[in-house]
Amino acid sequence: MSAQPLNGGESLPLAAQPTQPDGRRWQTRLRIRAAIPRWVYIALSISGFVLPLIVWQWVAAGGWVGSLFLPSPLDVVHSFVDWTQNGLPNDTLISIYRVVMGFVLAAVIGVPLGIYIGAYKWFEALLQPVNDFVRYMPASAFIPLVLLWAGIGEGSKIAIIFIGVIFQIIVMVADAVRRVPENYLEVAYTMGARQGEVMQLVIWRGILPELLDILRINMGWAWTYLVVAEMVAANSGLGFQILQSQRFLNTPKIFVGIFIIGLIGLLFDLAFRWIYRLAFPWKRA
Amino acid sequence: MPQSEVHFETVSKSFKRRKEPALLVLDRVSLHVAPGEFLVLVGASGCGKSTLLRILAGLETFDSGRVILDGQPVHGPGADRAMVFQHYSLYPWLTVKDNIRFSRQLRVVRDQLTSSDVEAASGRSDALLSLMGLSHAASYYPNQLSGGMQQRVAIARALMNRPKLLLMDEPFGALDAQTREVMHDLIRHVHQLEGTTIVFVTHDVEEALYLGDRVVVMAPRPGRIDSVIGVPFGRQREQDLKATVDFLALKRQILHRIRETSGMKTDRDMLDQLSQQGVPL
Repeated sequence: MSAQPLNGGESLPLAAQPTQPDGRRWQTRLRIRAAIPRWVYIALSISGFVLPLIVWQWVAAGGWVGSLFLPSPLDVVHSFVDWTQNGLPNDTLISIYRVVMGFVLAAVIGVPLGIYIGAYKWFEALLQPVNDFVRYMPASAFIPLVLLWAGIGEGSKIAIIFIGVIFQIIVMVADAVRRVPENYLEVAYTMGARQGEVMQLVIWRGILPELLDILRINMGWAWTYLVVAEMVAANSGLGFQILQSQRFLNTPKIFVGIFIIGLIGLLFDLAFRWIYRLAFPWKRA
Repeated sequence: MPQSEVHFETVSKSFKRRKEPALLVLDRVSLHVAPGEFLVLVGASGCGKSTLLRILAGLETFDSGRVILDGQPVHGPGADRAMVFQHYSLYPWLTVKDNIRFSRQLRVVRDQLTSSDVEAASGRSDALLSLMGLSHAASYYPNQLSGGMQQRVAIARALMNRPKLLLMDEPFGALDAQTREVMHDLIRHVHQLEGTTIVFVTHDVEEALYLGDRVVVMAPRPGRIDSVIGVPFGRQREQDLKATVDFLALKRQILHRIRETSGMKTDRDMLDQLSQQGVPL
């Protein structure tokens, strides 16, 4: 905050102005939750990427670790260029397709279920305990069953991602519905709203921002299930290529695969945040 | 002018508790609210004043007795009774204007609308905005408003459909003293203008006396009506009234009733009681 004159343009006596010597200012910026200048923020964010990269290059160039275990950044770049000419776009697209399909199916089924579980005790009693039970079963353990039921086509990969996120979506959406303040519902009732109107105009509208956050988080989780999903009889995809590279001791390509998954995940995350800002102007202010 | 009349007839309610006997929050409460009256309920916490209001709103059930609103027993909430809460009642995703016009989206309101009503509604919301001094803030979101302005929006929204009965549950309890005074004059103005019957709950005796035509003092454990006081100051009131001898005498009388019925005569008594129990002070 900059010092502002309080009495219509006349500035306060110098001693009363809340300016501090530089040393003190930096001290206050180290306090809990203290704001920092934007350029510092950006510089630190970039450093968070660059510093590990420098350490990595330094360790790799030092020769203490075999290149099989730790390829240099340059090896990874070469591997990336090589892969780009040998099906990387295709692998990326097929993986995005699997993740998005699994995720969208889970959302389309999970969100309504979560809303009803959060809103009606009948649904909660019937579905929540069993959902909590299934939620703790590891998605990867379902692979043999999924293969048995869905075969070795695209369906089985999508199914693994679906299983990985749907139960989390249900639980988180139900909690979001429960967090809608009771007063919001009561106000609507006292204006003559019916159940359906309360669901649509109050609960649905009230959870929208949280819903988008829940979907953003679960999209991230969906990507973590990709490699597991592509262990299942796949012959393309980023996860498949990573596993394949392991078999051929192609360490640089493993690095490339992991980085690309991370990058795509980050882009999806940014897209969700951007939609959030556009869709909920009332959250800013 | 639309005005409701309310009869509570020996209304009782208890809350069931685990491993303890049920808690009687209202014990055979009978009360009449006249059409167009501004009735205020005061009392120590736990006297059931909010519960009584919520029963009238249809948000709470009761065990026995009858609540009659304009000749009809109350079953659940309805558009004829609007309510203003102390906290969290504006929809943060709607602008001030859309909050005020929220009820226009509801079927029960829409069904009885003609196209001329729709235009009238637009005029009505504009009129309420200016009555509440909110015209400049019509397109703001609630989190851009101060507490006092938020409550004005809540009142405007409640008045939108011309309810016959306006229920207010400590609506100014969270506001600072100066804002509260402004709101007192505003709500009295609204009452004279709209003529709506108002039932108002507060723990602030001064607020009760300044606003009410009658003040109902309630007593706790079990919740019941202790006394009903007709406020003799007419309907034209100004802030200076609060400093007059008559006002202060009445205020003292009510405060005494509340202290006595809540089992705590004075702060001194409470301190003595605590030190007898060995609480280090």
